[in-house]
Amino acid sequence: MTKLSDVVEKVRSKNAGPFWLTIDIFCGSAEAFERVARGVSTDRVAQLFKTETKALKRFDIPSLNVVKISLPRPAVQGTAADRDMHGASFAALVAEMTLN
Amino acid sequence: MVTVLIPSGALGLNYDKEALRRGIAAKPDIIAIDGGSTDSGPSYLGRGRSKYARSSTKVEWAGLMEARAEAGCPLVIGTAGTCGTDSAVDWMLDITLEIAAEQGRPLKIAVLRSSQDPVIVAQAYGNSNVTPLENAPEIDANRIQDCTNIVALAGAEQINKALETGADIIIAGRTTDTAIITALPLARGCHAGGAWHGAKIGECGALCATNPQSGVILVDFDTEGFTVTPLADGAHASPHTVSAHMLYENSDPFILFEPGGHLDVTQAQYTALDQTRVRVTGSQWVPSDRYTVKLEGARRVGYQSVLLTLLRDRHYVENVDTWCADILTKCRAKAEARLGLAPEDFNIELRLIGRNATLGALENRVGETVEIGVLGIVTAQTTQLVDEIGKMLNPYLLHHPLTEAEEQPTFAFPFSPAEIERGEIFEFCLNHVMTLNDPMQAFRLDVQEVRFD
Repeated sequence: MTKLSDVVEKVRSKNAGPFWLTIDIFCGSAEAFERVARGVSTDRVAQLFKTETKALKRFDIPSLNVVKISLPRPAVQGTAADRDMHGASFAALVAEMTLN
Repeated sequence: MVTVLIPSGALGLNYDKEALRRGIAAKPDIIAIDGGSTDSGPSYLGRGRSKYARSSTKVEWAGLMEARAEAGCPLVIGTAGTCGTDSAVDWMLDITLEIAAEQGRPLKIAVLRSSQDPVIVAQAYGNSNVTPLENAPEIDANRIQDCTNIVALAGAEQINKALETGADIIIAGRTTDTAIITALPLARGCHAGGAWHGAKIGECGALCATNPQSGVILVDFDTEGFTVTPLADGAHASPHTVSAHMLYENSDPFILFEPGGHLDVTQAQYTALDQTRVRVTGSQWVPSDRYTVKLEGARRVGYQSVLLTLLRDRHYVENVDTWCADILTKCRAKAEARLGLAPEDFNIELRLIGRNATLGALENRVGETVEIGVLGIVTAQTTQLVDEIGKMLNPYLLHHPLTEAEEQPTFAFPFSPAEIERGEIFEFCLNHVMTLNDPMQAFRLDVQEVRFD
């Protein structure tokens, strides 16, 4: 099974303010971009974050070979339920996804 | 044309001195640097304090004040002291006055304050002038008045009011990241879409280029767009690095909301001028009907202590869930009985480092574990309660046996005492905008002159 991290350059997750998380998948090439755009469904990313697909905003940007996904933060930044103040570790979840 | 020199993404992150000298040689019209962000969490806003060391801030700011004198242009800092409250602005002003005395140079300083009176914000909420953004928490007038600090994010209009005073230095409270960069180009008639887009690209310094840690960049604004030039040795901007920066910490990579409108970069064209510089045109500014400013607020939600214990014994590593559940039951019962507390009066969490401490319920990997750190997190409404419950938890985390039959174990405490007081804890509780009749309505501007006669 091929993992996302096997074909892309980098996956980054960051806070987009305290209430949103944004994940940037830098594919590095048009070929890898096609693979990710087809092989990672928004539904599967939503399942990974235990949330509904409609909560996610997805941008497939061929000019940058980037797939960007933004979602309400799994826990609002800095609340009792939040374990990662800067949200950078969520990238690992996405990087470890298998590609369809 | 208006040239803006940006020394780094934030004061406190340091900047390349040689690159800064090149920037001064390019005769900038203004030097602009950001001083803050919400990215480090709600405590800074809740307390109205800076994240960075005063000594680091002073050294870096003194270097920029020297650079300003040499360049003969204004120097502006936005979101002073991490959170941009009035207390953080006063902290920055104090540092500035100290440096001014040491440098012995007369100065005109404009101070723009962004703190909001919670009573007035609650009134604005009552008048339907405070409205939620996407994924905003539920609020009411009481919740607003519970905030220890509320700030409004100033835009270009307020920074331009400060620039109009002819100040050498502008210390601004909370502003949008872009406002301090976009203000002067807008005031001088540069292309509005280009002014906001160039400001967004420049706000993190050289993060929009290769060698992102080098900090210093120059952005030239004109009537059609802008040009980005990183100034450190080995730093290059390319259409890819510049356009990719719109992704950074933005939920939408094409649209950016600002006071008075939004930026749309869907049609932007990125062109390499040479190996280092990139030119951008085609960005659109779309004015809004209402003038709104974003609000940030933090409220105190209690006090907290943490304890850390380390389990290396295989028997305990393998049975850590049972061990933790038993401790929680016993320690909670003891706290309720001895302190007369109801279950909802306090919280004890045991977080397993080495298992799922980072991702919690989202973790989907399991591996062999050599050791586990158990982070005890005690939260309650007073510092006394947190102290008492932390001291009750301590002996469990040191000695609790899995069964009564086994010899009393002792685990590894890295510290004495094991309880670490975190003091007051805060939460962000506003993701809203406030409608203003006049951009200066929620902000205050003061000017002071420093002389050495």
